Amino acid sequence: MNALPCTIYVSFTGALLALAVGTRSAGAARIVALLTALTAWGLTLGAAVNFVPAAGLQELINAAWIPEFGIRYHLAADGISLTLLVLTGLAATAGVLFSWNITERTGEFFALYLALIGGVYGVFLSADAFALFVFYEIAIVPKYFLIAKWGSTNREYGAMKLVLYSFAGSALVLAGLLWAYAAGHATGFGFPELVAATGRLDLTQQTGILALVFLGFATLAGMFPLHTWAPTGHVAAPTAASMLLAGVVMKLGAYGCLRVALPLSPEAFHLLQPWIAWLAIIGIIYAGLVALVQDDFKFVIGYSSVSHMGFVLLGLAAANPVAVSGAVFQMFSHGVIAGLLFAVVGRMVYERTHTRQLADLRALPLHRLLPFAAVVFVLAGLASMGLPGFSGFPAELTILIGTWQTNPLWALAAATGVLIAAAFTLRAIQVSFFGRTGPDICVTPLESLPPITWPEKAGALLLLGATIYLGLSPDTLLDWIRPALQSPYFHAILSGGAS
Amino acid sequence: MNADYAGLFRALLPETHLVVGALLVLTIDMIWARHRPANRHHVALLLGIIALLTAGYAAITSGASGHIYGGMLKLDQLAIATRTAVIVLAALALALLPDSRRMNHPAEFTAILLFATTGFTLMAAANNLLVAFLALELASLSLYVLAGFDKTSPESAEAGLKYFLFGGMAAAFLLFGFSLLYGLTGSLGLEQIATQLVMQGQSPLLVVALVMVLVAFGFKAAAAPFHLWAPDVYQGAPAPAAALIASASKLAGLVLFTRLLWPGLGSAVGTIAHVPVTVGWAPVVALLSGASLLLGNIGALAQTNVRRLLAYSAIAHAGALLLGVIAAGRIGVGPLFYYAATYGLATVGAFGVIAALESAGPVHQLTDLAGLHKRSPLLAGCLAVFILSLAGIPPLAGFFGKFSVFASVLQLGGLAGPVGWLVILAIALSAVALYYYLLILKQALVAAPVADATPVRVTDPAAIALLLAASLIVALGLWPSAVLELF
Repeated sequence: MNALPCTIYVSFTGALLALAVGTRSAGAARIVALLTALTAWGLTLGAAVNFVPAAGLQELINAAWIPEFGIRYHLAADGISLTLLVLTGLAATAGVLFSWNITERTGEFFALYLALIGGVYGVFLSADAFALFVFYEIAIVPKYFLIAKWGSTNREYGAMKLVLYSFAGSALVLAGLLWAYAAGHATGFGFPELVAATGRLDLTQQTGILALVFLGFATLAGMFPLHTWAPTGHVAAPTAASMLLAGVVMKLGAYGCLRVALPLSPEAFHLLQPWIAWLAIIGIIYAGLVALVQDDFKFVIGYSSVSHMGFVLLGLAAANPVAVSGAVFQMFSHGVIAGLLFAVVGRMVYERTHTRQLADLRALPLHRLLPFAAVVFVLAGLASMGLPGFSGFPAELTILIGTWQTNPLWALAAATGVLIAAAFTLRAIQVSFFGRTGPDICVTPLESLPPITWPEKAGALLLLGATIYLGLSPDTLLDWIRPALQSPYFHAILSGGAS
Repeated sequence: MNADYAGLFRALLPETHLVVGALLVLTIDMIWARHRPANRHHVALLLGIIALLTAGYAAITSGASGHIYGGMLKLDQLAIATRTAVIVLAALALALLPDSRRMNHPAEFTAILLFATTGFTLMAAANNLLVAFLALELASLSLYVLAGFDKTSPESAEAGLKYFLFGGMAAAFLLFGFSLLYGLTGSLGLEQIATQLVMQGQSPLLVVALVMVLVAFGFKAAAAPFHLWAPDVYQGAPAPAAALIASASKLAGLVLFTRLLWPGLGSAVGTIAHVPVTVGWAPVVALLSGASLLLGNIGALAQTNVRRLLAYSAIAHAGALLLGVIAAGRIGVGPLFYYAATYGLATVGAFGVIAALESAGPVHQLTDLAGLHKRSPLLAGCLAVFILSLAGIPPLAGFFGKFSVFASVLQLGGLAGPVGWLVILAIALSAVALYYYLLILKQALVAAPVADATPVRVTDPAAIALLLAASLIVALGLWPSAVLELF
């Protein structure tokens, strides 16, 4: 447990190292990146093995940093953080494996990639809003370069849009936190201190602060109508960056909502609760419907990410222990499944066929050309639809059960989203991999594609293993998450759920 | 007045070093170096750096001895920190000299730069209207010459002339304002003026004097609507001169005017943290700040020239710095100093990269930066640090500068008044600013070099200066308390 802060340092050191060795040899940079990601992931797993679930954050580091503003370098973790830390390690390792084919400026690619990962670890470990914000912004900038340099379709536009949305979101967060800090005469930026400071203000100001901070984080979580950066960004990004964006970075937003925004003011939250819930539901349904009519394979996955993140936001908005634990579980589950889907589409298919247009893919007998990719995509698609046996099922089911307890109408509306998800996923599977089927297909030599390489297989098996394991044994994670939600810090927002 | 010449000499030791150094540079160049054109730049640079280092050492060790020479100067923590910072910034700017090969008179350039630095260090400590004005003019006149120093370039001449005309006008306003203040209070010392003003209260004449002073302040800080000189000067001046104008001059000016406005005219501040606003200088400064934030950030979006873009970014930063001035008297001057000093570091660095690039070819358009990562990884890496710091990305110092200024302004009264709303505006505009900063970095780090691009060779002094500036920005960003705890 005490080794968890090392995940941050290991990642940043690895970034510098990859930059240094990358000037000499691309292969060395890859090895450095893989070892760094594995080490950090190993640290999180080691902490997970020895983890004793408890209510409240377990201290890791708490030192004065900028005493003039009461800012502390305060790292701590609970079951929620740990869930997301393990996810980060897993997604980072798989991402390195799926970017094994990066040959241009490899060292710089992995340096930016690992810097992004380091920032993400930092966010999930921070127990001081200032530290969290710093790590959050560290995670934003590398995305621009990753996408603008190594991306594909419309990459400069996608990169700029994504980064400006993220940064504008973080500006809202900063404005809200500073407002609470200054107007509420807080002595520091620790979470309880900010909650106390917000509590000293009148309800109008509380609502303003909560709205600013929540909107800021929700932008990154892909909440409708601030989600438009996500599909364009995902599509433009190189595969590993798409995997991280959908898998981990969007979770930063959701995590910020849960950890920082919502507890700030229970009264203001109850005012805003229906708005948040309906925006989340609109996001689920709208993004699902849009995914249904996309021509670009990656856009289908991009919009499906927005739709699935809608479930996370709905779970948070429902604000009872069941729904919120489902939301955290969904963060993990979606992180794994979205990573898998992007890996198949971006790396296995696009890098070989050089097209993502469903119409073009339909003309290829992809299930014969790339059987491994077809199997992985079908399994990932089933997981994404929420079929039992995969992690998507317990996640979305828990969210819907919890939401029903708060407001059955929300649960019913969101449940239609599950049907839509099934529709667009099945359509994607059918059109892309099984567009040309029948006994009479012969694969022409012209159509033969390079075989799937070992890093791709390893990465896919890692992610598949995680989603199946959690689908069969969801309590592994829920046993960490549930006690964390018993913390007095969450008590005020999680108790008064029924409305 | 008790004339303590020994105390005065001790207090002015840094200035003495600078002036002696300047004279030495000129003498040695005249006698020896000008016959050896190959070494001329390096001799001037070496002597200049030695003068700055000894002056910096004297400034750090001088100790906060309070009032000097009957209150003409005030050596407090702020003065010491500012003197040290302007000397460091001047040294960094001077290190860019060998990259400006077209400059034919390096010794004169160095000497004038040292004179300008003398002006800055005096501005940092001035506690008397007359000393303040003289220090300001010493610095300004030197800067006019430096701006027009490149005799081969018409743009440089234009920059010098424009800067001089605007600056002369601003100085006239300032002098008129000072004379009104003297007429009102019968004294030139800031403390005496403050006591007098508390007794007299507000008067129309005081308002006129304030407006005059603020015009000059707006000019010095490059705040809208007195910013018009900035784009042309930044574009035309030789890179070391532009770096000095953008960094040390701005820091010294901000400290001078903060001292003038808070300890001197503090009773006429007015309120702006709450509605209704009362008359004073703070509402005017807030207006300048809002105008600069909007004009700087929106103007920068349309720029295609690197230096003009930096000028508009400077105008935008001036807006945020002016917010810091409003908070300085109540919350403390630490955030303002931190912001101005680290902003100076980043700007000097950015101009340093431009200077190094200019030695390999013209740098006009943003696209001239294309492929910098291939042509010189060092320059590209340093530029990324400087630009991201200007954009306010943690953990670089530019972020904490903004953060601390905004936090201290909000501590005045939250969002209950216009100054709080300005903070929200400034935070919102920082997202706009990221766009144009990323345009620079996109060229430098992402775009491929043009076909005939050659590697850029960076001279050692410039490389050291750039690395020093970049590491200071990272270090101060990670440990801002190193600066904040001074105050």
